[in-house]
Amino acid sequence: MLLSLMIFIPLLGMVAVLLLPRESEELIKRVALLFTLIPLALAVYLFISYDRSNGGTQYAVNASWIPAFNIQYHIGIDGLSVTLLLLTALLGPICVIASWRNIEKGIKAYMALFLLLETGMIGFFAALDLFLFYVFFELTLLPMYFLIGVWGGPRREYAAIKFFLYTLFGSVLMLVAMIAVYLNSGDPGARTFDIPTLITLAATAGHALNDLNFQIWVFLGFFIGFAVKVPIFPFHTWLPDAHVEAPTAISVILAGILLKMGTYGLVRINMAMFPQGLDHFTNGVGFWGNSLALLGFINIVYGSFCALAQTDFKKLVAYSSIGHMGFVILGLAARNDSGITGAILQMFNHGVISAMLFLLVGVLYDRAHHREINGFGGLGTRMPIYTGITTLAFMASLGLPGLSGFVGEALSLLGAYDKFKMLTILSTIGIVVGAAYFLWTLQRVFLGTLNPKYEALPEINGREILTLVPLGILTIVLGVWPNFAIDMFRESVTNLIDVIQAI
Amino acid sequence: MQPLSNIKSLLYFSPEILLVIFAVAVVLLDLVVKDRESVAVAYLSLVGCLCTFAAVLFTHFSFGAEGPVSLFLGMVRLDVFSSFFKVLLLLATAATILFSLRSEELDARLKGEYYALLLAITLGMFLMASSTNLLMIFISLETVSLTSYILAGFLTHSPRSSEAAFKYITYGAVASGTMLFGLSLLFGMTGTGDLAQIGGRLTELLASGEVAPLAVLIAITFVLAGVGYKIASVPFHMWSPDVYEGAPIPITAFLSVASKSAGFALFIRFFYAGFGNTELMQAVDWPFMLAIVSALTMTVGNLAALPQQNVKRLLAYSSIAHGGYLLMGGVLLTSQGVGAILFYLVVYLFMNLGAFYVVVLIANEVGSEMVDGYRGLSSRAPLVAWAMVIFLVSLAGIPPFAGFFGKWLLFTAVLEQGYYWLALVGLLNSVVSLYYYARIVKAMFFEDAGEETESVPFSTGTFALLSVFVIPTIFIGFLNIFYTFSNISVSVMPIQ
Repeated sequence: MLLSLMIFIPLLGMVAVLLLPRESEELIKRVALLFTLIPLALAVYLFISYDRSNGGTQYAVNASWIPAFNIQYHIGIDGLSVTLLLLTALLGPICVIASWRNIEKGIKAYMALFLLLETGMIGFFAALDLFLFYVFFELTLLPMYFLIGVWGGPRREYAAIKFFLYTLFGSVLMLVAMIAVYLNSGDPGARTFDIPTLITLAATAGHALNDLNFQIWVFLGFFIGFAVKVPIFPFHTWLPDAHVEAPTAISVILAGILLKMGTYGLVRINMAMFPQGLDHFTNGVGFWGNSLALLGFINIVYGSFCALAQTDFKKLVAYSSIGHMGFVILGLAARNDSGITGAILQMFNHGVISAMLFLLVGVLYDRAHHREINGFGGLGTRMPIYTGITTLAFMASLGLPGLSGFVGEALSLLGAYDKFKMLTILSTIGIVVGAAYFLWTLQRVFLGTLNPKYEALPEINGREILTLVPLGILTIVLGVWPNFAIDMFRESVTNLIDVIQAI
Repeated sequence: MQPLSNIKSLLYFSPEILLVIFAVAVVLLDLVVKDRESVAVAYLSLVGCLCTFAAVLFTHFSFGAEGPVSLFLGMVRLDVFSSFFKVLLLLATAATILFSLRSEELDARLKGEYYALLLAITLGMFLMASSTNLLMIFISLETVSLTSYILAGFLTHSPRSSEAAFKYITYGAVASGTMLFGLSLLFGMTGTGDLAQIGGRLTELLASGEVAPLAVLIAITFVLAGVGYKIASVPFHMWSPDVYEGAPIPITAFLSVASKSAGFALFIRFFYAGFGNTELMQAVDWPFMLAIVSALTMTVGNLAALPQQNVKRLLAYSSIAHGGYLLMGGVLLTSQGVGAILFYLVVYLFMNLGAFYVVVLIANEVGSEMVDGYRGLSSRAPLVAWAMVIFLVSLAGIPPFAGFFGKWLLFTAVLEQGYYWLALVGLLNSVVSLYYYARIVKAMFFEDAGEETESVPFSTGTFALLSVFVIPTIFIGFLNIFYTFSNISVSVMPIQ
């Protein structure tokens, strides 16, 4: 019930926003803020009350939806989803506040779409029925398309349709795999979309879902669907475009949540439901056995080097996202305790850190109206607070020990080293390059002599600081006390590893 | 099941009889009413639809629900399947009448004929959905075709409209001729026109070697030409973009929905009821042929829609593509496949008619049928623009709208039979289709209107009618009742 409330309160907020007159902009923003704060309160409550010693599904709701096809409204949370739900609910109000001043036209439609997007994201992380899961997954597409296409930058039309087409391409392959799983789940009449049931069936020897060949194919179908979202090379080309054109708050959501939907799907579906398929791609034998780790490695190194070459601040952050998501893939490919724990932690941390980075880029862009890294210089003297927060975010992102980024990456690499020694060693290049581009950017933007054009640049204001402070605190807390988050999903990871090792 | 005699059948035939009565009444009323601006005939035809609807319900619940009844010595059948289509067709007709009331392109002097013809074409479609005899099938098909030729050319002052009618009649004549030849072959081989018996006879003849499988394949292919022409499947689709572009918009809407639905009713009854038994399917590999036609139809439709600048023409190609999706459900004619077709037809009715209604509104207010005319509509008429988004996104098959659930059912039916390649073609096609639907959305939302920025006024009635299409497009997929509804009408299909 609590969980259903959390999913549908933003939707209710959308209706409320739509009913308000278009002129009362201030009221619309406040209503939108209210309807994102309620899910945050609920998420905090769930986070606290979630029973950490039990990694299974909690707060489950299971009701019949379309009995003709055994489709259920089945939602629930485990340690992994509750962590990501907290992240989602936290970024909701932050993004509303970040959009307070810099959305100039159609604030009503903007907020309505944003709330619809939030419903899709929360529902996605809570869904335990494959069909429901897919519907929520796709529900995020349409609002995102409009949010980029209407409120984006100069090339917004191109970026919006590219995002839409890429993701839809991935998800239709996922749809085929999903229907194939459904059709093979039993005799007509006994088929199911229920994820926990399917996981059990897929682990039952002799069941049609337990077949290696079948698992490999459906693994691929789901994998491509999620890979576009993560994004994993070579499906990543939509991301820099979408990020650069999207308005600040939408970039935050894109990097903070939407990318996590891909990796969350990999854990929830690919790893848990198709352990044999997973084994085929991660057993470390031959080309296919190393393929997933290889993709993670490519993401890390390729993303980092691309970031190094960027002169657009936002594009740099976008490519750095690709690199950091590579650590998640590498950790998952290791499929051992520290690898998966590191990957999940990295998902959460990257959500927080990249959200900060995009917010910071937005702050600068709102003032200077460009994002050319070489066009600034010496801002440190002009905007000391802004510089301080940016440095924190940079350090967290490049993996400085003591800040959150380090823990996730270190654990992922530690896990991966067990199985993929060479790839892991090579992946550390990404960390070095990461340090290089962040420090270089720091130098070009904040150090040196102040560009006379920006002598009057105003310091970061209270509203902007308000959006950054909670995220900044989280990076420090998780840096020194990572168990704060790891405790949440430790048991769930153990359960997952049991499923993976049972084959 | 003993076929009823002609006299006894009349009561069961009351919906069709009512349609005839109202068609005549509309013509007579038009003679009496002198005022050209009067909309009395339109309302009389609406009343006609309503009465027919009541009669359909009456015949269904008094006779049809208990089991199929064969009428007029086995010429037509009253069953749940035909009642389903009658309701669907009446909805389309009523919507078309309402569109026509709002359309400003129709000639006021010819109103009587126009509405009378609409009722007549509905009668023909009713018969298409219920014929069980080769002769009756042909007659009903011709009734629909001849009426559509006139309606397509109804804009008497527009050369495009005349061209449309001319093209339509040329293609139509060839297709009907080919089909008639196919029907005569079937009759020649089996000696009966009754669909229920043809399948059995052919199986015997094929087993004894008296008839070569190739002959059956040829006969079926020829029949498919006629049916394919009605549902605009490749390679019999060439008429449809020109006709859709030239015809008055309400008629385009009507043809794309009602004509296609009736075509599918005929297709399902002919192939599923007539040739559905497995032995015949093994002897002649026509499911594979249908799979090819289906894949080609959706691919050609979608690719051709990509560069279109005229929204009507774009929707025409999209409608061809949707014919292809629908055909997927017919490839193996399993009950799931047919159920998926029926479900999709319901969804398609709402989303496609809705899209065409927006086209009517925009043509009236902005005076353009081109994609460019939709520029900046989001600020000029936000509600209409958002409604259009819902229709288009649903047509592209994206959740949570009904179009997705329809496609999902179709794909499930196809995958169930192991036609993985066809499902993949279909799914990749929906990705392609998104691109051209998104072009309209882009024009409405991402581009500025230029000089014309004042908002476009629409009446409450407009919004009410719009919501009649929007609400089902959003909610049909969520309701379990629609999934069982398709199953019921399928369960009565095989003729004993």
